Amino acid sequence: MVNGLTLGCVYAVVALGYTMVYGIVQLINFAHGEVVMIGCMVAFSVIVALAPTGLPPAVIVGAGIAAAVPACMAVGYVIERVAYRPLRAAPRLAPLITAIGVSIVLQHLALLVWSRNIIAFPQIIELRLFHFGTSETSAAISNVQLAIIGTSIAMMAGLVTLVYRTKLGIAMRATSQNPQVAGLMGIDVNRVISATFLIGAGLGAVAGAMVGTYYGVAHYQMGFLLGLKAFSAAVLGGIGNLAGAVLGGILMGLIEALGAGYVGDFTNVCLMDRFLPGFAEVCAASPESSLFGSNYKDVYAFIVLILVLVFRPSGLLGERVGDRA
Amino acid sequence: MGTLDRVRADPRLKWAGVALIAVALLALPFVLAMAGTAWVRITNLAILFVLLSLGLNIVVGFAGLLDLGYIAFYAVGAYVYALLASPHFGLHLPWWAILPIGAAVACTFGVILGAPTLRLRGDYLAIVTLGFGEIIRIFLNNLSEPFNLTNGPKGIATIDPIHVLGVDFSSATRIGDYALTGTMKYYYFLLAVLLVVIVVNLRLQDSRIGRAWEAIREDEMAARSMGIDTVRMKLLAFAMGASFGGVAGGMFSAIQGFISPESFILTESVMVLSMVVLGGMGNIWGVVLGAVLLSFVPEILRYTVEPAQRMLFGRSLIDPEVIRMLLFGLAMVVMMLFRPAGLLPSAVRKRELSTGRDDGDGA
Repeated sequence: MVNGLTLGCVYAVVALGYTMVYGIVQLINFAHGEVVMIGCMVAFSVIVALAPTGLPPAVIVGAGIAAAVPACMAVGYVIERVAYRPLRAAPRLAPLITAIGVSIVLQHLALLVWSRNIIAFPQIIELRLFHFGTSETSAAISNVQLAIIGTSIAMMAGLVTLVYRTKLGIAMRATSQNPQVAGLMGIDVNRVISATFLIGAGLGAVAGAMVGTYYGVAHYQMGFLLGLKAFSAAVLGGIGNLAGAVLGGILMGLIEALGAGYVGDFTNVCLMDRFLPGFAEVCAASPESSLFGSNYKDVYAFIVLILVLVFRPSGLLGERVGDRA
Repeated sequence: MGTLDRVRADPRLKWAGVALIAVALLALPFVLAMAGTAWVRITNLAILFVLLSLGLNIVVGFAGLLDLGYIAFYAVGAYVYALLASPHFGLHLPWWAILPIGAAVACTFGVILGAPTLRLRGDYLAIVTLGFGEIIRIFLNNLSEPFNLTNGPKGIATIDPIHVLGVDFSSATRIGDYALTGTMKYYYFLLAVLLVVIVVNLRLQDSRIGRAWEAIREDEMAARSMGIDTVRMKLLAFAMGASFGGVAGGMFSAIQGFISPESFILTESVMVLSMVVLGGMGNIWGVVLGAVLLSFVPEILRYTVEPAQRMLFGRSLIDPEVIRMLLFGLAMVVMMLFRPAGLLPSAVRKRELSTGRDDGDGA
């Protein structure tokens, strides 16, 4: 449950990046997962470089994040300028294809820089557990998890303030409603769109650094699955809707964490034997095995995505989006 | 273009050209064999990719639906062949029975995926197909227990080769004093299949269905108001693309003799998509060109870049595989920016992609 919540916060932050870009330019930024990956990798490099200096761990991780954010913002800005802006008036298929192209290029550039191996983060933060109950077996939350949840909430609050309280936020909302009219009202639409990409990439960078410190590993292909799940989360909550992305992200994290455990138990071969004939032998051979164990945890995100799209395409909190192709 | 038009106009010259190409294609494996048997093998894989690209072209090029999980259908076809013609289950059905079964199963998967999702906007379809491709791969990887259906990550080995009229395609046959290797036989087999697929595609493009797809791609609402059942037509495109993928997968199984989930990763889907994009979405000859180019250029790079790096720097700095993927990614971006209709654009598609309209496209 706590794991799910932590994971959910990370998904929510990444999903915010998708949803903001989608809200403004109606484009699925396929390369966003790769931006998160780059953020993770940059943070990793800085942390490795600073680890032997003996600075307090929080400062080191902070420095990693501080380096990852501008790096990702630069990447996000370049992506928008090179691959999306020239195609803003083009049909939908064109920017989707460039987005995939960009994400392949980013992946393999990362491969060149950080090698194709799974790289391990140095364990600089001492893991401390806080128990909810009095016994040793009661649910616990670690300091890293607390930090991730806290940072995520702070960032979400910051983003909401930005969007609803500042001039830039008003400009962003206006552009998402109608770019032409927003332009007529004296808003520099290109600048607003660039700003959106910058903010989205910055959020992605922090998310990447958090994922890295949480799991302790990074890989040049990690962005793909993470991006896909975060996108599913954004769709689940209603794409283009900030609160929806947060809700969707947290739900997605919980579904993944709880689904892997409970669906595995539920489809245990011995349990299946009671309802369907033919499982008795398998049960006798390996009572632990189940039809859909934790190997399938990555599948749940997609199943949720497909179900949402079929039954409620506008998401849980979304307004109705046009269903034209 | 002047000469080409003259050749097109004169039927005698046209047939002479066709005959010339036919002779060249028939002689190709012997020429390539001189450079090394590996090249014949690479050519076979290139033809498989042409088949795949033509299948995806139906979905992306004709109907304008972006499918990012196309390799899943290839995987389904390959696994159907492998399960029905290998010692894994002890089944050894003949290839002409399995290939249609593979096509039908892949087609069913296409319908299962398409039915709920094709009502949605195009970009959702892209992401759902992407997820579907991954789901299939995860299942192939994990369906080894409790029942061993796919043998998990270990894959399925010793798959039966194709037999035609008692001739085994996996080993060499002597004709007179000339040896015809198995790879060469597969080349001719694939060439024959390719010819059939191209003819089917050409006929499909100009058929009532093909025109309906084109209408949907151009403007779905207008198409619907003209009485086209858009969901049914899109589903048909999806199913047909899937069956072509299934057939190609079956042949891949037979040629390789071994398959594992490793062969059906997302990268492969992306590769096939870049072939379609590079050549020109919707143009059959363009797609063929794109697939041939993107199959051969990386192989040529493999043989040139590696030694060149060793010569210049004394060691291999950049893995050719990375260069290949960077090339694919860049090709997609650069093509979309500067030549969105592909190397050989289809006339209609070119018009559509350059008008710069924002609405009413099928993507």
